[in-house]
Amino acid sequence: MSGSTLGLRGGTAPPPSRTAAAAVDPQIDRIVRTPEFKQLVAERTRFGWILTILMLVVYFGFIGLIAFDKSLMAVKVGGGTASLGLFMGVFVILFAFALTGIYVARANTRFDALSDALKRSVGR
Amino acid sequence: MNRILLGLTLATITACAAYAAGPDLGAVSQAATNWPAIGMFLFFVVLTLGITYKAAKGTKSAADFYAAGGGISAGTNALAIAGDYMSAASFLGISGLVYTSGFDGLIYSTGFLVGWPIVLFLIAERLRNLGKFTFADVASFRLDQTAIRIISAVGTLVVVAFYLIAQMVGAGKLIQLLFGLPYLYAVIIVGVLMIVYVAFGGMKATTWVQVIKACLLLGGASFMAGAVLLKYGFNPEALFASSVQVHPKGDAIMAPGGLVSNPIEAISLGVGLMFGTAGLPHILMRFFTVSDAQAARKSVFYATGLIGYFYILTFIIGFGGIALLMSDPSYFKLGAAGTFDKLKDMIGGTNMVAVNLANAVGGPYFLGFISAVAFATILAVVAGLTLAGASAVSHDLYAQVIARGRTTEKHEVNLSKISAVVIGIVAIYLGYVFENQNVAFMVGLAFAVAASCNFPVLAMSILWRGTTTWGALAGGLVGLISAVGMVVLSKAVWVVTFGNAAPIFPYDNPALFSMPLAFVTIWAVSSLDKSRKAQRERAAFEAQFVRSETGIGAVGAHAH
Repeated sequence: MSGSTLGLRGGTAPPPSRTAAAAVDPQIDRIVRTPEFKQLVAERTRFGWILTILMLVVYFGFIGLIAFDKSLMAVKVGGGTASLGLFMGVFVILFAFALTGIYVARANTRFDALSDALKRSVGR
Repeated sequence: MNRILLGLTLATITACAAYAAGPDLGAVSQAATNWPAIGMFLFFVVLTLGITYKAAKGTKSAADFYAAGGGISAGTNALAIAGDYMSAASFLGISGLVYTSGFDGLIYSTGFLVGWPIVLFLIAERLRNLGKFTFADVASFRLDQTAIRIISAVGTLVVVAFYLIAQMVGAGKLIQLLFGLPYLYAVIIVGVLMIVYVAFGGMKATTWVQVIKACLLLGGASFMAGAVLLKYGFNPEALFASSVQVHPKGDAIMAPGGLVSNPIEAISLGVGLMFGTAGLPHILMRFFTVSDAQAARKSVFYATGLIGYFYILTFIIGFGGIALLMSDPSYFKLGAAGTFDKLKDMIGGTNMVAVNLANAVGGPYFLGFISAVAFATILAVVAGLTLAGASAVSHDLYAQVIARGRTTEKHEVNLSKISAVVIGIVAIYLGYVFENQNVAFMVGLAFAVAASCNFPVLAMSILWRGTTTWGALAGGLVGLISAVGMVVLSKAVWVVTFGNAAPIFPYDNPALFSMPLAFVTIWAVSSLDKSRKAQRERAAFEAQFVRSETGIGAVGAHAH
């Protein structure tokens, strides 16, 4: 995703007229080539997609079980009234919240640190 | 309209999606005038008008009007996002669904929640780094302003229109029930108040109205769920055991029922709910009200927690309704010999479970409070929608397409205010016209269009270098037309509204088909686009990419 392989002229390329990108920073090309930028983008992109896929698997797994294996969802947990499906549903909710927490924790520490290092290295 | 509530057939899936915003309350009879509720609601109105007055004085620039000056904190924004999402009907509709079918209510709760992590991982920070006031700012960052602004604005206005109609009709019926006011009065009150909030107070007023309502709703729902659990010694197992004993379906309410009988339909619903969230314009706008990407990221985290907590509360409230109301005839319309159907004869319909439960656990004043909160909720949500629609008209269509950037900030904001007034009047009129129409499918349609038009255009323009103007335009149009077309040909419209014998499109939820169609079209058309303009657009990705990933050059906080 760091995309410096496409041989573009980077930020110096004239953008289409009347876009917000018209105010192009001449440093773009330099930023893209810094190792800090490449690392930040690679790490964050990978992390974001891994968490996205986890969320999709858990949610559509839950929906899939409801659609294909209703009897499993009806199994009683610990001899009580609450069913396995109910626990799974609550789990999906907690899982979604936990994933966002994990992302934010990682972003607040690792990604922000990389981002700061990048800003220092390009002199900002 | 009662047919929508009958049975857990596939049709219910769309109908229930609509509960998230506008409940189909069926034939509603006007209730006796509820003075405690009206009193508390008037208090809310006075309070929010005071805030609007204060916000109006502090709203001078376009940034103030569209984005509350960029000075909203992450916590406040999280409450506002959660508020946009916790509509009256999501509160009443999901607790009602839990009441009638137990476990199945959880399918909606999870579906509505899981879009948020996706928004966080892929969209939120990049949106904040690239955007200014509307998501079209982001989608058109390096693409052709005219074409992309038009498709984004059309996507926004279509979503806003369907969502708003469903809300207005739901509001009218709900208020008829809760307050004993005539339908038309209710629709006019909602319309006029939302115009005042948006036209005078802009995003600041809209945000604070939403925040106050979110706190009231979370507080009220927490109290109710707490009161229910208190009766069972804070042991959910005891609540479930007692519910199973009184519910006509018995132990079946603890397991999946008929709601998801068709896997394709279920997955399509899930896709629509999940990715629709990432394309709702009034929600995306909230990311421009915070100062930077860090605040955007935190607000999604807190909002996910608040929304998840809220859905767990609605689940407890639904079961509380089963356990505490089902054996009490005073909450039901009694037939001959004092018999009643526990699932159908609840006073006001099963969407009133939470309201009746408020009476059972907190007496008439708490009932009044919950009714007032339900009204406040509708107001806050329609205000957000109106602001999103008005911004699309003034900031995207007028300033960039018609005036081609040659306009003043003051002029643009004035036009936005006029648009808010016009949208409000149109919404009142449509709410009136659609009173007795089937509007349950409209929220499902709004989510489907958001997932099939707005989301693909936004995601591809941010994430894929190869996206060109022609690709985004074609993909957005294909997504929009296919989502609307499939819903028109589905049972909800083709059979129920137009009276045809059989639907042409077999599913109620189009997103599983229309969203990938949009993505593939963007990819294919962009790949085939060899024009010089397309090459320039691909080359301009680099600058956009740096800004979206690092925030270098982003529009900073406007707070002064």
